[in-house]
Amino acid sequence: MNRSKFDLAVGLFVALGMIGVAFMALRVGNLASFDSGAGYRLEARFDNIGGLKVRAPVKSAGVVVGRIEGIHLDRESYEAVVEMRIYPQYRFTNDTIASILTSGLLGEQYLSLEVGGDPSYLTDGQRIPKTQSAMVLEKLIGQFLYNKASESAGSSK
Amino acid sequence: MGIGAPDPIIDLKDVRFGYAERPILDGLNLTVPKGQILAVMGGSGSGKTSLLGLLGGRNKAWSGQVRVDGQDVGHLNRSQLYALRQRLGMLFQFGALFTDLTVFENVAFPYREQTDLPEAIIRDLVLMKLEAVGLRGAAPLMPSELSGGMARRVALARAIALDPMLMMYDEPFTGLDPISVGIIGRLIQRLNATFGMTSLIVTHDLNETLRIADRVVVISEGKVYRDMTPQDVRKSDDLFIRQFADGLPDGPVPFHYPAPPYAQQLIADHVSSS
Amino acid sequence: MSHLLNLIEALGAHVNRLLARLGLFARFSWSVLSVIGICIARFTLLVREIYFSGVRSLAIITVSGLFVGMVLAVQGYEVLQRFGSAESLGSLVALSLVRELGPVVAALLFAGRASSAVTAEIGLMRATEQLAAMDMMAINPLARIIAPRFMAAVVSMPILAVIFSSAGVIGAYLIGVQLIGIDDGAFWSQMQASVDFRIDVLNGLFKSLIFGIAVGLISVFEGYHAAPTAEGVSSATTRTVVTSSLSVLMLDFVLTVWMFRGLN
Repeated sequence: MNRSKFDLAVGLFVALGMIGVAFMALRVGNLASFDSGAGYRLEARFDNIGGLKVRAPVKSAGVVVGRIEGIHLDRESYEAVVEMRIYPQYRFTNDTIASILTSGLLGEQYLSLEVGGDPSYLTDGQRIPKTQSAMVLEKLIGQFLYNKASESAGSSK
Repeated sequence: MGIGAPDPIIDLKDVRFGYAERPILDGLNLTVPKGQILAVMGGSGSGKTSLLGLLGGRNKAWSGQVRVDGQDVGHLNRSQLYALRQRLGMLFQFGALFTDLTVFENVAFPYREQTDLPEAIIRDLVLMKLEAVGLRGAAPLMPSELSGGMARRVALARAIALDPMLMMYDEPFTGLDPISVGIIGRLIQRLNATFGMTSLIVTHDLNETLRIADRVVVISEGKVYRDMTPQDVRKSDDLFIRQFADGLPDGPVPFHYPAPPYAQQLIADHVSSS
Repeated sequence: MSHLLNLIEALGAHVNRLLARLGLFARFSWSVLSVIGICIARFTLLVREIYFSGVRSLAIITVSGLFVGMVLAVQGYEVLQRFGSAESLGSLVALSLVRELGPVVAALLFAGRASSAVTAEIGLMRATEQLAAMDMMAINPLARIIAPRFMAAVVSMPILAVIFSSAGVIGAYLIGVQLIGIDDGAFWSQMQASVDFRIDVLNGLFKSLIFGIAVGLISVFEGYHAAPTAEGVSSATTRTVVTSSLSVLMLDFVLTVWMFRGLN
């Protein structure tokens, strides 16, 4: 029974495990860009959020500036209420427009923020006044067909 | 009991015990004074090994009292039982050495676990115990490299490590060659005398036992059937004792397992197959 | 009619036996868990058992992880490229491994290799009265023999799961990027975007910890209660592997539903 041999082997074993966890955390996972929960909260209301999910990114000019934290339905106005957390280093003007876009053609949906020219900025807990709902495919098709129908109806006069 | 008489090391009163519904020991009474070498004999399944289990606290009696050195074994809590066991030594039938440790480490085990002695002293004690059983040279060997007799001697060295007051031997002679049987027998005798122990030997082997024991107790049907000296066993007229001592195939312990009449069964087989 | 009654009676007896065994398992597990403190104090024993259970399983775990990762890459690519989403291969492989395959397959392999050995060892020690001898020497075999082997399983399992997943990711990388030709940057960035440390990695580690506890308890239980014959030890070893594997899969289902249900 060679005690030092066991100690060495087990020590290496545990070290290997820790390296594996580090590998998973940094290379495989997103710990490097880990948001520590800091930041301020903003709210936005939409008629339709489409496929937007909690933990979806909030982007501005394509850069991730925050995350969606909660989604629920307002019981009186029947609007979708989206709560998001914005990283503290970014500020957005009072006339920012929040839209729900799709990354790529069939990709995940995310929330995009476009700033306006207003000199004052949104603070913690405020609501983004201007929003643009997600584009729902069925509605687009319906609209397209309707337009087509009215076009041909108009041209057939 | 006189004022000056010391308590018997073992005191069993009306002990009832079994593994299933039927009791194996049914009203067993036995008293063993200090210093005695007692042989416990009986047929297979007569409860000899259960007796060792009761004394060591591994079995709990259904009723009756089991006292070892004055303490009621059945009603001790775990730490009290462990404290008592440190003063007992048990030699298991095939040695029960720890197969992943060397001979030396096996004998050193009780010292390392139960005492705070420094390694240098433990080394000396282990070598002394091995010397007592004649196996000091085998210290670096592994149990798998030992013969049956040697393994049992090492187990004996381990069992006496903490100088127990009571040694229990579970069939110490079974399966050994005559020389090893003689060695173990003499060791039991010498250790008992040298260390002032009491020894309880559960055995089938009559010859060696009669040579070294002070007293022979025969257990049958759950009770002490006979309690005599070895000389009395040799001279006894009792049919059961004689069958045991002389190795007779038939007697009070029947040869045939209970079965319907022989002729009847043979004929019945023929009748049903025709 | 009597056949049916006999069948029902046999079934009832079987269920009774199962429940009795489950009760015995619970009682035994409690005894083992209550001596863990002593076991940690005897650290050398634990280290020795981690070596035999964990370190000795490294080879099979690493190689299996590598191959599973490579197969995932091949199969995953085949399906993903039909939808033009071949760059998502990194995400597919990483999530499959970290959430499920790492903990589960590592546990199954561990049960087959290390736990069966522990069961056989304990069963043999019991059959040769080594455990009884230790008990008679006033040393608690639960604390000295049983608990270290249980703790070794608990400690080794998460480490092995992590190593399995890492090997799998590397294997997938070798096949996907080096062999098939998926973009290196896309592979890693997609993966990092979809694997969340808290949700995926930590949950996966938690799963393997639970598996370690389950497999550890089952293996020492079966060994300790094996019949003291060659046949008894052999059937106990088989039972360990079967029961451990089934338990791992069932626990995996429960844990997956509990942990990942809230994601959508």
